Amino acid sequence: MSAPTISGSKRSRPKRTLSNVGLAVAVCLLLLPVAWAIGTALKPEAEAFDNNLSSFAHATEFSNFVTAWNYGPFGRFLLNGLLVGAAGTALTVTTSLLAGYGFARLHFRGRDKLFFLYIATLVVPQQVLVVPMFFMMRDLGWINSYQALIVPWAFSAFGVFLMRQFFRSIPLELEDAAKVDGASHFWIFWRVMLPLVVPAVGVLGLFTFIAYWNSFLWPLIVINSRDLATVPLGLQFFLSQQGYQWNLLMAGGTISLVPGLLLAIVLQRYLSRGLSLSGLGGR
Amino acid sequence: MSATVVPTANSTINPVRAHRRKRGDARTAFFFLLPNGVGFAVFTLAPLIASLVLSFFAWPLIGRTSFIGLQNYVTLFTKDTSFRSAIVNTLYFVAVYVPLNIIVAMTVAVWLQGYSRSRRILRVVFFVPVLTPLVADAVVWSLLFTNRNGLIDSIIHTIFRVQGPEWLSAPQWAMPSIIIVAVWQGFGYNMLLFTAGLHAIPETFYDASKIDGASRWRTFWNITIPLVSPSLFFGILLTVITSFQVFDLAYILTDGGPGTSSTTIVYWLFEKGFNDYAMGYASAIAWVLFLIVIVVTGIQMRLQRHWVFYES
Repeated sequence: MSAPTISGSKRSRPKRTLSNVGLAVAVCLLLLPVAWAIGTALKPEAEAFDNNLSSFAHATEFSNFVTAWNYGPFGRFLLNGLLVGAAGTALTVTTSLLAGYGFARLHFRGRDKLFFLYIATLVVPQQVLVVPMFFMMRDLGWINSYQALIVPWAFSAFGVFLMRQFFRSIPLELEDAAKVDGASHFWIFWRVMLPLVVPAVGVLGLFTFIAYWNSFLWPLIVINSRDLATVPLGLQFFLSQQGYQWNLLMAGGTISLVPGLLLAIVLQRYLSRGLSLSGLGGR
Repeated sequence: MSATVVPTANSTINPVRAHRRKRGDARTAFFFLLPNGVGFAVFTLAPLIASLVLSFFAWPLIGRTSFIGLQNYVTLFTKDTSFRSAIVNTLYFVAVYVPLNIIVAMTVAVWLQGYSRSRRILRVVFFVPVLTPLVADAVVWSLLFTNRNGLIDSIIHTIFRVQGPEWLSAPQWAMPSIIIVAVWQGFGYNMLLFTAGLHAIPETFYDASKIDGASRWRTFWNITIPLVSPSLFFGILLTVITSFQVFDLAYILTDGGPGTSSTTIVYWLFEKGFNDYAMGYASAIAWVLFLIVIVVTGIQMRLQRHWVFYES
């Protein structure tokens, strides 16, 4: 997989060096906020704004992390986020797979009109739905519940759209061969198609999980108990109760950043190839 | 008997039978679409219509509701000065954030293409902020933005010997601060999208351009951009839609302030709906947002045929 290199390998040496230095600076700028936060999280409170680099030499207050973790309680927030993200992703992926296959491969009257209705809602901002959804949660008695965090956003048109595009990119011959053997659509879906759309499931799964994990407005609306808070909401509670004890705040902030970092490491190989949303016009 | 041949031929060619077979999928389709369809109807279509209806009512959380026609919208545009700032601030955010995001994302994507060994790990590094919650990013950055003692102002003071701006507490710097954090967090997504687009460009195009003696700058504009334009278009489209919904950073970093200098549309929606419990009014704000997004997306769809290049 040799990628096209615009810069090419025959670039002159000084230019190459310049490019390397520039890239190093860019990476440092990108990581600096996080590094600074970790450094500050390890300082005693009085030195939080001592910007001399030497002040980081005795930034060894690991107890700040313990204090923040227990006060949060961040363990709880992380578990909640994981639970909500995993359940929401499973629900979204499953229903999107089924509907995507239906729209891509089955023929029925009104299919294209129905699909148009789906994609028309792609431009609906979540915030438009939030007020009636809040009433719905209240009437269902779902305020302060995991269901309220998971269920309302698990039926997005985006997932259906993405899956349909992927199913359509699979050659019809595969399906016809199975049909000749008398296979039902359910069998074809399960045994022929599913193995082929694993990459699409990966893309949809990743984005759905991130959306759940990072979501803030909706949890802020339907959750007011610390026991049910996901990471962003939990951190906001922490922020409003802890005030501005900067070292503890940075410890809490750092803890909240770590899962994203871990996810990047886990998915490293996959992410490094770029996001190919084939059929979406994104290639 | 020749008659036996005919049905066989018919079963493959006869359009009527083929059509009947297609219609026969309806029952199967029902089961495939049911799980998502029910959720979609209940949690997308119903609230969408309900919010439009709500926007014509004075609808407090507790107490009497009354139909008031377009009054919410009239109030929004004639009396609510905070809402006016919210629109201006949101447009400002979109107009500055989207180009910055796209330029940074494209620059990094192209830049990393030139590194054959380290690019894979670097892409992951640049993508990491996307995986972090904006609330956490806001907390971390608020430390850097602190007046005078914060890292950014300290650096400005050390280098230029001048006092840096009061980032989060100066009205004219609140939105720029939000934009900086938003770009830092968000560009990685488009970077990976463009990376995939760049990958798909056949090397022969570059060889041809090299033979013609085109400069690298020209090659970028005449070869790379047209060939990644579908990815570019998709990235811009999605980034515009999401950037109209800016909320988290305005809420955590500046709390919409100072004054209303960083109050965005969604921030104002949240204030009205979930602090003042004016649910009808909040729904009207939501629909104004929705209409803006529709118009802007529509314009982009129109414009795409002038610059997006689809090979087929």
